Formats: sequence, structure tokens, C-alpha cells
Amino acid sequence: MSTVKLTVNGKAVSAEVEDRTLLVHLLREQLNLTGTHVGCDTSQCGSCVVHIDGKAVKSCTVLAGQAAGSNVTTIEGISKGDELHPMQAAFRDNHGLQCGYCTPGMIMSAIDIVNRHHSQGSGGKLDEATVRHELEGNICRCTGYHNIVKSVLDAAGRMKVAQAAE
Amino acid sequence: MGVEGIGASVVRKEDRRFITGKGRYVDDIKLVGMTYAHFIRSPHAHAKVKSIDASAAKKMPGVVDVLTGKQIVDDKVGNLICGWAITSKDGSPMKMGAWPAMAPETVRFVGQAVAVVIAETKNQARDAAEAVVVNYEELPAAADIRAAIKPGAPQLHPEAPGNVIYDWTIGEEAATDAAFKAAANVVSLDITNNRLVPNAMEPRAAIGEYNEAEEHFTLYTTSQNPHVARLVLSAFYNIAQEHKLRVVAPDVGGGFGSKIFIYPEEMVALWASKKVRRPVKWTGDRSEAFLTDAHGRDHLTKAELAFDKDNKITGLRVKTYANLGAYMSLFSSSVPTYLYATLLSGQYNIPNIFAEVISVYTNTTPVDAYRGAGRPEASFVVERLMETAARQLKVDPAELRRKNFITQFPHQTPVIMAYDIGDFGASLDSAMKAIDYAGFPARKAKAKSEGKLRGLGVSCYIEACGIAPSKAVGSLGAGVGLWESAEVRVNPVGTIEILTGSHSHGQGHETTFCQLVAERLGVPISQVQIVHGDTDKVQFGMGTYGSRSAAVGLTAILKAMEKVEAKAKKIAAHQLEASENDIVIENGEFKVTGTDKSIALPMVALAAYTAHNLPDGMEPGLKEGAFYDPTNFTFPAGAYICELEVDSATGKTSFVNFVAADDFGRLINPMIVEGQVHGGLAQGIGQALLEGAVYDSSGQLVTASFMDYTMPRADDLPSFKLSHTTTLCPGNPLGVKGCGEAGAIGASAAVINAITDAIGNNKLEMPATPDRVWHAIHG
Ligand code: FES
Ligand code: FES
Repeated sequence: MSTVKLTVNGKAVSAEVEDRTLLVHLLREQLNLTGTHVGCDTSQCGSCVVHIDGKAVKSCTVLAGQAAGSNVTTIEGISKGDELHPMQAAFRDNHGLQCGYCTPGMIMSAIDIVNRHHSQGSGGKLDEATVRHELEGNICRCTGYHNIVKSVLDAAGRMKVAQAAE
Repeated sequence: MGVEGIGASVVRKEDRRFITGKGRYVDDIKLVGMTYAHFIRSPHAHAKVKSIDASAAKKMPGVVDVLTGKQIVDDKVGNLICGWAITSKDGSPMKMGAWPAMAPETVRFVGQAVAVVIAETKNQARDAAEAVVVNYEELPAAADIRAAIKPGAPQLHPEAPGNVIYDWTIGEEAATDAAFKAAANVVSLDITNNRLVPNAMEPRAAIGEYNEAEEHFTLYTTSQNPHVARLVLSAFYNIAQEHKLRVVAPDVGGGFGSKIFIYPEEMVALWASKKVRRPVKWTGDRSEAFLTDAHGRDHLTKAELAFDKDNKITGLRVKTYANLGAYMSLFSSSVPTYLYATLLSGQYNIPNIFAEVISVYTNTTPVDAYRGAGRPEASFVVERLMETAARQLKVDPAELRRKNFITQFPHQTPVIMAYDIGDFGASLDSAMKAIDYAGFPARKAKAKSEGKLRGLGVSCYIEACGIAPSKAVGSLGAGVGLWESAEVRVNPVGTIEILTGSHSHGQGHETTFCQLVAERLGVPISQVQIVHGDTDKVQFGMGTYGSRSAAVGLTAILKAMEKVEAKAKKIAAHQLEASENDIVIENGEFKVTGTDKSIALPMVALAAYTAHNLPDGMEPGLKEGAFYDPTNFTFPAGAYICELEVDSATGKTSFVNFVAADDFGRLINPMIVEGQVHGGLAQGIGQALLEGAVYDSSGQLVTASFMDYTMPRADDLPSFKLSHTTTLCPGNPLGVKGCGEAGAIGASAAVINAITDAIGNNKLEMPATPDRVWHAIHG
């Protein structure tokens, strides 16, 4: 057992974990942040994606200890109070989810995709093929991706507007 | 239509909790004193369990107990059952082998549980499982249909000699043979329908909780069908009496059929919670899902189609071997029989059909209903045959279909089904227009000039949804009725709760069911709430599968609504001193026609509960229930066309266009309907191009993780072009048919037909991986 200190959704957290504890288990079992899901045991599905220091990471592939000192953001931490993150709103408006199980991981991956492309300036224009390609690490069994892709493209526009407003 | 009523693409009410991470799935639930279960599973496909030594494991940190198959049998927990009796052609009943929840003596597939460790933490349970020593004596295994039916094959169950579960037929054999004798042309095909793993993204999970003082059990489970789970667990498995068992299925992360059935882990979690007197939770991991969730499909078929000299179909003859795996799962027997062979007429007028279905045991995971259940297999047979016939007869595939379409309704097929309504030509027209069918030859020629192989494939599917009526399915061997129940409760303040026996695991019932109430009463859907998935709240229901929730479930709600409205009108008339016949409901108000007198719904509701001023003799309260048993199946149908290119150097296919034209009857929420079609298409295309469960000859599942089993990802799929033509279903008052399975039923044949068109030969099986396609091209 060792003590891990990190920041989760803006809050300082200190937890006692077994050395083998994965970040996803720390989040779900100890911090009760059950929005991050586990869909596989081989790091293939992306249900568990969170942000570590602003980058999308599969939290089933990271030991809790490895996340020590970092800033972790989960699906529970992206909206501002009652105001949804533009990506969350876009998923709802475009019917980008059905059972909702893959959704938190999808949204966290999608935010990262848009952020990366926006930070590349005008060269980072997002199109359908790019979104499809970059969603390769996330599996959805319900939606056939059609509306997920639509959601991400929609949110890319909304996030630009939001950034401009900030 | 109001803004939130029937036909409006209202965004989903349930989404807020899912997109904010506040969904509540079984694995999210923690109970006080909860323990964790880890199963010890057979590494062999067929073996005798000689001994289990758990002494070291029991001494390990945190271990509460280790329980075995022998103990569960000694405690008289019943064997798992199949609930649909099928009779063989010789009149003998199907041969069901015993399936104990954990194997006391013999294991028959890799992954079958023999024991379970219960510990304080998940990791402790897992660690201790490593220390349990099971001594097996390996037996020879039969890992596929051909191996199982060979003379001298390993025998799985003493009840089923030759591993045959039943040999069943439907249709007229002699008349069909005669049609073939007289035929001008005969087209035949050998077809393999590949075995699939449903792979809902949420792995199955179960929590059993025993309350000693009340002798009462609660089961939290990932189920599409909590009420039937309760019924079966109490009536057949002897776990608890029905009134002493509550089954809760909270948010469920996809099912696609795999979560209809009762599984051993649910039985063990309940039974073990009484043994250890603490709640017991099991959460499957993905490898366990691959090994233990019921698989789908897995047919070997020989099919022949007879034509007269005018290219009219005169007969269809089908012989199918269906692999049901090592044991018979809850509905498995019905899938390759009444859900498959009865749809073999497709959209066509086929005067003579004869089908024989032989189901067999193999040393593999049990097979049961998976998205579409039998209907995708039937549609694939018929649509592969039609495309092959068009090529063989040298006629246009669309025209051959059109020539043979059923155009008069109702239409009685030779295989039980009575199609009520449809317009198959309209769907085909719509799809052909969307893909520019006429322009295809030019596009193909252009692609050829660029060195690419382009193909076009058509698939005209029909499905039967909302299995019904109960009396008819009962006469065919079903163990349950197939009605649905609903209760509508108007609360004293005018908010409304709908209690339904349907269960949503992604279909959006919380929105669409409320849309019906919004439509009828003119209230916002925020004023309406769905209650489902808990047997303590809803008395009984049949769950969600077979695209039955709208046609059957929603109609039950409509029936209850009608009763509520009738009573509310009486109350309103009394309050307004008007005649009941003059009351109309509009925008949440009860109005007297032709006057400005009205009373709002909350005042009517309040009057019902205060009971200060009700019509004489009226019972207080405003809630009504209804059971609805439909009179027939519903028959969604449509036409799918796929255009793609094949790279002859690599065998890789890439989509150019995929169009889907469906007739689902009335659409309650077009946005949700289209989402359902997208998902189904992805699964149908997944079957055609990527997915396949592969066993080696010893019965090891080679594709037991997402690293080996290819799931469709965003980059594997195109965006789809959907359209709808509409004939209203005459069988229910809403005119709805069902949409959840269509995509999976129609897509596979469209894709394979397109690839075989592109490569110019028919030597292709699913999944059409680049490797297989390359070999089909290069011989
Ligand atoms: S749970 Fe992390 S990738 Fe599947
Ligand atoms: S919405 Fe169900 S897995 Fe994506």
C-alpha cells in the first residue's frame, strides 16, 4: 500500500492504494466517480478515457501511482455546474449516445481530439475522416458511430465559439 | 402533433445523466457489507471435474468462502432451462441436457464455471482463485457443427444421442420437391452464417443480496428482462419464492439480446449471498463476456431456389444445421426455428417452401438470440439466393426482386406468417433513387478504368417484430405469454408516471413513451416519468427484445391512457357541470367544446384524490392499468443498397455509399429510430466484414478479446443515408412496427452481394476479411 496524492476534477485527493491499483479503479471504487467505465481488459475499448494533465488517457492502462502529482479530469469534471460542456451538449443534441456506457469515454476522447486540432490553428481543421480515424481507440456497440461523428464535428464548432468567447 | 408529441425528434430525457457520468449501472452500486465473487472457470472445452481443492485459497487474506458446483447442486438449486419446446419431425421432444449453474461433474465449454471465490475485495477474490486447484480429466471435444455430427463424435449429453437436439421441419416437403422437379432454373448456395459475440459495452454484472430477517432476496442485474428473470429464478431455479425476490435492472449498457437470458452468475450471486449472509457482487470482465455471454448465429445452410421460365419463384428448399453450443440457453431453441424458418419467404411470393432445421450441441459457449435473432440468418439466405439467381439468370437484381415481390396484403406465406401490410416496391424505389442505381454501370466502368473493383449489392429484408399473440406462440411451444403491461398514474398534482414492463437499455423509452402521453394530454414530457426495471415497482412485464417495446409496450401504455382519460373526462364533466361527451383534452386542459369552460389537468387530478366532489359512486384516484396482447407480429421491411470498392491488391473493401430505406410504420421519434438503424447497420456490416467467433478444434475460443475479435470501429464504417416509406401497421392502434433490428437483418447480405459483384465471383464467406476477399479474387 502507498499513498497517492493527485488532483481530481480540481480537488486535491490523497488515497491509500495497493501498488497494482489502476487509475480507473481508484476513480471508481475509492473516489466513487463511477462515470468512468470499464469495458474491457485489454485497453481496446476506451470506455475508461479520462484526461491527465489535459490529455486523453485510458485510465485502465495507468497505475494510480503513475498519476501521482497530476491533474486528472473525469466526465464528472467537465461541465461548469449545471452548464454542460459543449461536447456533452453536442452528444445530446445529435443523439450521439444510446445506452450511454461508452459515452463518458467517447466524450473525453472527443474533447481531446477537438482541442488538439484547434491548437494546431487553421491547419487543424476537423473533417469526418479525421474524426473517424481518431476515434479508433473507442468502441461503441450501439450507435454505429454515425451520430457520434456528427456530435464531434458539431462540438468542434461550438468549442471554437466557446474559446473565442473566453 | 405537439412539439414533443408523436413524430417529433425530441432530444432524449435520459441523456443528461449519461453525458454527465451520473448513469447508474450495476457495477456502480455498492451495498453495505458487500463481498466480491470471482469465478473459477474451465480451461477445457470438455472434461470431467475430478476434484477441487480450495483449502489453500480459503486461508488467503480476505477470503469469505469458496463454493463449488457440488454445493449448489446439493442445495437443490435447479438446472438452467430452455423455455421454448420444439418437437422433432418424428414427434419426439427436443433433447435438453442438464445445465447446473456451476458444473459439479462435467464441463462442456471453455469458461464454464466450476467454483466461485467470495472475498472482501475484488483483488482478494482474484488472488485466491489462483490458489484453487481443480483436477480435470480432459475428454475429446466437438468444437463445431461438422465435428459434432460426424459418426463417432464426442457425445455431450446422454439425453441427446449424436448431439442432435431436434430435427424440425416446416412447410410442405412433397409440394416443394414437385416445384423443383418442374423448375426451369434452380439456384443453389451453401451458406455459413458466422458465429458472433454480442459484446454489449457494459459487461454483465450481478449483485445478490439476502435479507435474513425477511427471508427476502434482491438481485441487481444487467437484464433486458427483469420480470422474466424473477419468474424463472423462482419458478424453475428454486432460488427464492417469487414474492421473496426483487429483481432490479437499473441502467443497462446495451444488450442486443445477450441480456435477455438468465445466466449462472446471477443464480450464484443470489444463492451465495444466502450462504455467506452478505451481499455478493460479480462483475464480468471482457474475457468472461466473450466466454460466457450467449453467442449469436452459427448456421450451416444449403439453400435452393426454383424458378419458372418467366423467372417467377416456384419453390424454396432449405436445410440448416444450427449450433446451439454446449447447453440450451433460455430461448435458444426458438431462434433457428420459429424466428428463422418462418421468415424464409422474405418479401417474395413463394408458393412452396420447405425447411429442415437440425440443432446440435457442440463444446462451445451456448448460442441464443442476438440482434435480430433468426431473422438476420433468414434474410441472409434469401437475399444471397436472390442476388445469385439474378446473376445466374442474367437479369437485373432489383428487377428480379420486384417481379417476385408480394404486392397483395394480407399475405399468407407457406411458413406460418401472415404479412399484414407493406409496400416493398416503394422501399426499393426509394433506395435505388438514393444510390442512383441507374448510374451504377457507368460508375463501375469508371472505377475499372482506374484499376478498382466496384460492386453494388441489394438486400430487401423483412422481419417479424413484437412476437405474438400469446395463444399462438403458446401453441408453438413458447413457455411464456408475449403481451406487455402498463400502468399510468396521474399524481394528485398532475404529474404522470408510466409504469411499464418494457426495459430500456439504450432505446430511449424514457423519451418516446413520454411522447405518447405528451401527444394525448398536451403536457410537456418533463411532466411525465417512466418507471421500469424494478419488479417491486412494476408488477409484471416481458422486457425488451425483438423490437417489441413500441408495438407491444407502447400500445399497453396507450390502453391504460385511454382508461385514465375516460375517468378524467368524467371527473372534468362533473366539475364543469357538462356532459362527458362534450369534454375534449387539449394542452393539458379539459374543455367543454363550444364554450370557454375548462379545467386544468392538475385540478382534475386533485379532485380525483381529494374525492370531495366526484360523480356519485366513483372510486377516488386516477391510475389505470392495462395488459395488451397483440393479434399478430408486425412486419417492418426495407431495402438496403451498398456500393463499395475492393482493392484487388490487398482485398480491402471501402464503402462508397450505403443507403437504407425502411418501412417501420409510424415513427414515434424519428431521431431515435434512425439511431437504432445506424446501430443495427453497424452490427450487420460488422458481421459481413469483421466479426467472427473462432474456435480451434480443441474448443478453445481463439477470439476471446477485443485484440482478436474485430469490433467495428468508427473508421470501419461509412455514414449512412436513411429514408423512410410508411405503411401503417393495422395490428396496433399506433400503427408502429419496430425498428431495432432492421439494420442488423438487412445489412450483411447487401455488403456481401456488393463484394461478390465487385470481384465477379461468389466464393465468399463472412466475415469478408481482406485476406478472404484477396483469396476469392486470386483463387
Ligand atoms: S476499459 Fe480501458 S480501454 Fe477498455
Ligand atoms: S452508446 Fe452504448 S456503447 Fe455506445
